[in-house]
Amino acid sequence: MAEAPAAEKTQRPIVPFLKLPATGNPYLQGSRCKKCGATYLGARMACSKCFSTDAMDDVQLSDKGELHVFSIVHQSAPGVPTPYIAAIVDLPEGVSVRCNIQGVEPDPKNLKFGMPVQMVTEKIRTDREGNDVIAFSFKPI
Amino acid sequence: MRDVAVIGVGMIKFGRYPEKTVPELGAQAAHLALKDAGVDMKDIELVASGNLYQSNAMVGQRILQIIGQTGVPVINVANACATGSTAFREAYMSVASGAYDMTMAIGSEQMGKMGLLGGGGAGGDPAYSTEGVLGSGLMPAVFGMAGVEHMRKYGSTQEHFAKVSVKNHKHSMHNPYSQYQTEVGLEEVLNARVVSWPNTLYMCCPTGDGAAAAILCSMDKARQYTTKPIRVAASVLTSDPWTQRDLIMPDINTLTRNAAKEAYEKAGIGPGDLDLIELHDCFATAELLHYENLGICGEGEAGRMIDEGATSVGGKIPVNASGGLLSKGHPLGATGVANVCEVVWHLRGEAGNRQVEGAKVGMAHVIGLGSACTLQVLEKV
Ligand SMILES: [Zn+2]
Repeated sequence: MAEAPAAEKTQRPIVPFLKLPATGNPYLQGSRCKKCGATYLGARMACSKCFSTDAMDDVQLSDKGELHVFSIVHQSAPGVPTPYIAAIVDLPEGVSVRCNIQGVEPDPKNLKFGMPVQMVTEKIRTDREGNDVIAFSFKPI
Repeated sequence: MRDVAVIGVGMIKFGRYPEKTVPELGAQAAHLALKDAGVDMKDIELVASGNLYQSNAMVGQRILQIIGQTGVPVINVANACATGSTAFREAYMSVASGAYDMTMAIGSEQMGKMGLLGGGGAGGDPAYSTEGVLGSGLMPAVFGMAGVEHMRKYGSTQEHFAKVSVKNHKHSMHNPYSQYQTEVGLEEVLNARVVSWPNTLYMCCPTGDGAAAAILCSMDKARQYTTKPIRVAASVLTSDPWTQRDLIMPDINTLTRNAAKEAYEKAGIGPGDLDLIELHDCFATAELLHYENLGICGEGEAGRMIDEGATSVGGKIPVNASGGLLSKGHPLGATGVANVCEVVWHLRGEAGNRQVEGAKVGMAHVIGLGSACTLQVLEKV
């Protein structure tokens, strides 16, 4: 049996639509409906806009987008460190992403609607099997 | 579909009842509604029971084990925050369809102290939990961002949203059923600790326990039981249609607008005909959005509306005379039945010091995130 590349053994994305290729940069994967063009984050069984069940096209989503809206979270579930910036980022493919904004203090005055942001990835935790869990966030450009 | 009337309502004061069980809370409310209608369990042909946190525990049947096991159909309903209002609609549809003449809707909930911060666990290995890593799916942040979207579109401010909290807390002082009956000032709201910006502590509904019930009856039989039947002019339930961001950022607006359009058409009225509204102010930000969603003001005018006091009791269209979820509390399963109780009391002229004078038509609105929207239009006949 062939051994899997080392990168796949030790690095695991926090969500399936975050792709960590052995070579090249991490990226978010989307899927586009062949019929109506609606684009989704991650894989889809069918299109919830036009109901098409045809296989969708995989799309490598842009790593740059614009800040749509945000909230500064000061109280969260137990164990979640606060405060932090929770946000919705719009990507040029017509996909929105829920994410944290890093790289600025969590204060509304540091955030502008439509400001350009760039995706970054980092190891956030180690899972039960000892793999590095990799998450993405966005930071102002 | 035939005309249906609400002939009895009842609720217990929302608050904390750790010594009681959920069915006991529901039973108390059911007894109040039965007494109000002047009927008893043998008259009830179907029960729709709303409860969310114990939705696998047959709460409806357990209520009947307390108040009377008549063997009638019992439907247990779960639909997020719209749980109680969906149960009400089931009870309504059962009579409107002609299948039954008299039904009961009950909503009950015990929330514990986690409230709307509960849930959100990823299951499996906690190392893959996304909460706080990929933004937030918890209600305070979701409704915070919904408010921020309104700021982005129309330039509304945190102060506009804070005024909703001031208004609803003021209203609550006259509602003996409200969990909190305390006035708060604008500075106090703005200076309170932030939960999820722009919502501060006083701009978030409290957690608590509660129960409410309503008896529905075909209009042709209603006058046998009451001199003040309240007609259900429309009972609407929508889910979220496809919109661009909805799968990532829950869209609480479109399904409310769809529900409003349908409700006004069914009731044969427009927003200008409403005398009062109880709407889903789970967070202060939500209330302003719904002014526009329900059409009581134009696009982008919600901020001005709260500035002018148009939605205070005594204003053009009083909203949340009960104190709203912000003061009255939001025991999820009970909420949608309780706001029907409130509107019914106003239409009967029985709302005490918070009475909206001369109220003839009222609306009760609920959003369950995920999403479900219910609207009930109630009318004095
Ligand atoms: Zn499609």
